[in-house]
This record gives sequence, C-alpha cells and structure tokens, in this order.
Amino acid sequence: MSRFGGDAAFAAALLDPAQPAPPGLVSWNGSDPAQRFGVHRNNVIVSLIDALADSFPVVQQLVGEAFFRAMAHEFARRSPPRSPVLAWYGDGFADFVAAFPPAAGVPYLADMARLEYARLLAFHAADAAPLPVAAVAACLADPAMLPRLRLQLHSSLLLVGSPFAIASLWGAHQGIGDLAAVDPLQPECALVLRQGLSVAVIAVSPATARFIAALQRGAALGDAVQEASTKEAPFDPAPALGLLIGNDLLLGIGQAPREQGEQP
Amino acid sequence: MSDIGKPRAAVVAARGGGASLPAAAGVGLKPEHFLEVLETKPALGFFEIHAENYMVPGGPFHHYLGRIRADHALSIHGVGLSIGGEAPLDEAHLDRLAALLDRYQPESFSEHLAWSSHGGNHYNDLLPVAFNSVTLQRVCEHIDRVQHRLGRRMLLENPSTYVEFAASDRDEAAFIGEVVARTGCGLLLDLSNAYVSCTNHGRDLQAYLRALPLAAVGEIHLAGFARDVDSLGAPLLIDSHAAPVAEAVWALYDEALRFTGAVATLLERDNDLPPFPVLLAEALQAGRRLDALRAPAAMRVVAA
Repeated sequence: MSRFGGDAAFAAALLDPAQPAPPGLVSWNGSDPAQRFGVHRNNVIVSLIDALADSFPVVQQLVGEAFFRAMAHEFARRSPPRSPVLAWYGDGFADFVAAFPPAAGVPYLADMARLEYARLLAFHAADAAPLPVAAVAACLADPAMLPRLRLQLHSSLLLVGSPFAIASLWGAHQGIGDLAAVDPLQPECALVLRQGLSVAVIAVSPATARFIAALQRGAALGDAVQEASTKEAPFDPAPALGLLIGNDLLLGIGQAPREQGEQP
Repeated sequence: MSDIGKPRAAVVAARGGGASLPAAAGVGLKPEHFLEVLETKPALGFFEIHAENYMVPGGPFHHYLGRIRADHALSIHGVGLSIGGEAPLDEAHLDRLAALLDRYQPESFSEHLAWSSHGGNHYNDLLPVAFNSVTLQRVCEHIDRVQHRLGRRMLLENPSTYVEFAASDRDEAAFIGEVVARTGCGLLLDLSNAYVSCTNHGRDLQAYLRALPLAAVGEIHLAGFARDVDSLGAPLLIDSHAAPVAEAVWALYDEALRFTGAVATLLERDNDLPPFPVLLAEALQAGRRLDALRAPAAMRVVAA
C-alpha cells in the first residue's frame, strides 16, 4: 500500500503537468496509466478555464480567446477553487490579472475583471423586498428629519471605481454605444445593480459614488450628502435617491441616533 | 467494522418511503432553457439540477427554479461533496446542501462515488476511488453522515473511470453492492458510466451490470461520451455529457430495464447544449420505453 500515494499525490499531479502521474495507477491492458491520468488533468484544467470564461466574457473579448485561456490556465494552476461552489471562483481573478505581466498592455483589464465579478455578485445576490412606495414617501415627508435617516440598500448594489472608462467599455461590448467613441483613459465609477432579473451597469459621477458608498457604510443621509459634496459643488441627492427607489433597491429606512459626531 | 452502517441503514430505509421521482423521463435543467421550460411546460417526469449551481443567495437561478419546481418533480444531484475522498466531509458544504434541499424539497438527492476535493482545494472533476476495505469503510462513513445530516436516503452514482488502482482488492460492482448494503443508500445507475468504465477497463459489461445491486436503483442516467484511445490504441471513452446517447447505451438501457422495471431516467447533457426540443425528443425516447414497460402485457405486444 505504500506505493499508493493517496489523494494528496493524485491531487498534486492534477494541476502540475511537470509532475509524473501519481504512483499506484494501473490499466487492464498494460497501457500507460499516465496517459489515462491525462484525462483527469484535462478535465480539471478545461473545466476551470471554462468556468472563468463564463464569468469574464468581456475580459475575454478584450484580449481574445487564446490569450484569455492561457491567462486563465495560469490562474487555475496557481489558485484552484477553494469551494465546490464555482460561482465564486472568479474572486481573486482581477488581482491576478493586475499582476500578470503579459496583460500589462491592456491597463484596464483588471478593472474590467472587477466589474464583471461585481456583476456576478449582483446577479446572485439575496432577494429582498423593497420598501413600499407609501412607506418611502412617509419617511421622506418631513424635511427636518431627512439628514438623520439611514437607508438600507439592496445587497446587489455594488460600486466599482476605476481610472479607466470601464462602464462605457463594458457597455460598448454589449452593443450599447460605440466602442470607437469611448476614451478608455476617462475615469469612471460603475454602479452595478440588479434590475428585475438582469444586472445593469450605470456610469455615475464620483460624487454619486461617494454618496452611495457612504450610505452602504451606514452613514446618515445628511453625512452622506456632505461626503459627496465639495466646496464648489454641493451634492443634490434627489437623482441618486430616485435611481435607488426606482430600481427597488431601497429596502428600509431607519433613524440615526441624535448624538452628534458619531461615526458609522 | 462490517456492521457499522447497519443500524443507520435501517433508519434511513424507513425514511425513504416518502416522495420519489416518477418512473418517467427527465432532463437536466439548464439556465439557457429556463424560459422555454416555463412557457412550454414539457411533458417530462422531472428535472434535475446540479446542487452546487444553486448554492447562491438569490437572483434569477432561484426565481426560475422555484417556478419550474412548482410544475415538475425535482432531482437534486450533487457534484461537489467528495464522498470518496480521504478528507472528512466538508460540513459547511453539507449545510449548504441541507438548506437547498429544505428550500426545494426534491423527490431525490444523489451524489457520486468519487472525490473532488483535497487539502482545501476543489478540482471540479469526479476523481476515482480505489476499491478496498479502507475506502469502503470511509465511503460508508461519509454516506452515513450525509444521510443523517440530510435526514433522507441518497442515491449513489456509479463512476466513469479511466485509471484503476493497484491498491484495489475487489471489483467496482461488488464495492457498490457492499456500500448499498451497509448504508441503505440507493443506486443511481449511470449506464453511460457503466459502458464507459467497462470499455476503458476491459470489463464484461453484462457481468458488471448483473453484479450491481439493481434492486436498489432509484434513477438511471443516460448521456453521451467522446472517443479516444489509450497508449496501446485500445478505446478510451471519455464521459463528456456533450453528445447524444450512443446506440450501445440505449441497448444497455433496454437490458437494464428488464431488471429494474420502470424507473426515473435522466437524459444528461451538460456541454455543447442543443436547443431544448432536441433534448426533449431524446428524453422521450427513454419515456417511450418506460411507457411500454408500464403498459399491460397485451398492449406491450401491440406497442412492440
């Protein structure tokens, strides 16, 4: 039995083609067990690359299938999944892409991977009923109370900021807008949200992004408006609130305590 | 050691008397087909899903599965529990599975005689198990734990394999028979896997089939395979789920049904997915065979 390396030896050889096949394998007809073991090597790597290709279609479009599969192969070899739930296998792919020297020629590639992973999170985010319109109206009716309100937002709502025009680039790959007209060097904040059963990507201003990020941290409405405002440009929260309410992303409204100076 | 699974087996068998899959044809449910299935309500006995694909908090997958499940019987088929692995079962994964089963109350739950995780890594393939007393003990303990945690009898699927182990001291069918006897689990008889494994290892397919615990079959799987050769040029079949069911597997199905009687039969297709009507037509080939079995003897002659 000592010749049998067990699951550890089998597993180690799966992702490292430089290693010999694990010990203790036999075949009925004396054919090479290593060649047969190659079926598993191929199953593992192809299925993991396919899973990444499913999760990052625009990243693949940006670099082409051959480059993408080579890059995904390298990622899978270094970072096999840690869970059988493959929906989350792309977590970590953006960081890998950012540090993958051959991808340096497409400087926004890692941020596009971040955006696509955020879309995946939004797609599978927990369902939650929005606050009924009448309740929203009642909560917002008293202007004096507004600054102390705390908004509970849907977990599908995610922000991805980038020094590149990732929202416009992503849209152009869905047939929204003209790719040639996109200046990739324009910084953009992408707001990712579930609209019904699909996931939308909307480019928002840096101020709106700061406002929503503050609300997500649990800041009171007044504090969130302050964070979004600059000396030159006070932030008007109405359009952003309209976007959240209109997309059923406002789940609840509570009140911050009266004490001053508290941090969320 | 030999009686370790027995008390629990009795408990599990007693619980197994509840709902079960209808003895009809089913197909694997794919997101590409959600809308068409909802709109056409196809005359299928059941749908089967891969458990791990639905281990997400919410969103469209649950939306559609909930609606489709309302119209059809459901089989939940796990592909990531690693029952054949050396490592202890992943209790967090079992918790996710229990939650999924609780939510959808499927008529059947099944998993594989294989392993897929080791050292915290998941390899996303159904990896082979040696057949000996050590692995038998381990597999039975794992199945006992699964059945206890889920509070239901599970079906165990026979594997498709490409290599064998010097450490094996008994054949696959005998091993599966011992597992079924000791744990009280049922058998998910994958006839494509049976055909693939017997071809790949030069086994007598008829003898293999007859040596399996066919009285415990709760479901049959049919799928397509790809053809390769080993280093000596002998056929090496790859369980690809990417092609129509081979004629040889349909013939094996006819033969297996003589032993099992009419039993829920899934057409499995996971890759190179054709339009839904193509899958449906293929599944109904199984359905017609099942209908013929259920018909009274006089009608069976007419149908033939």
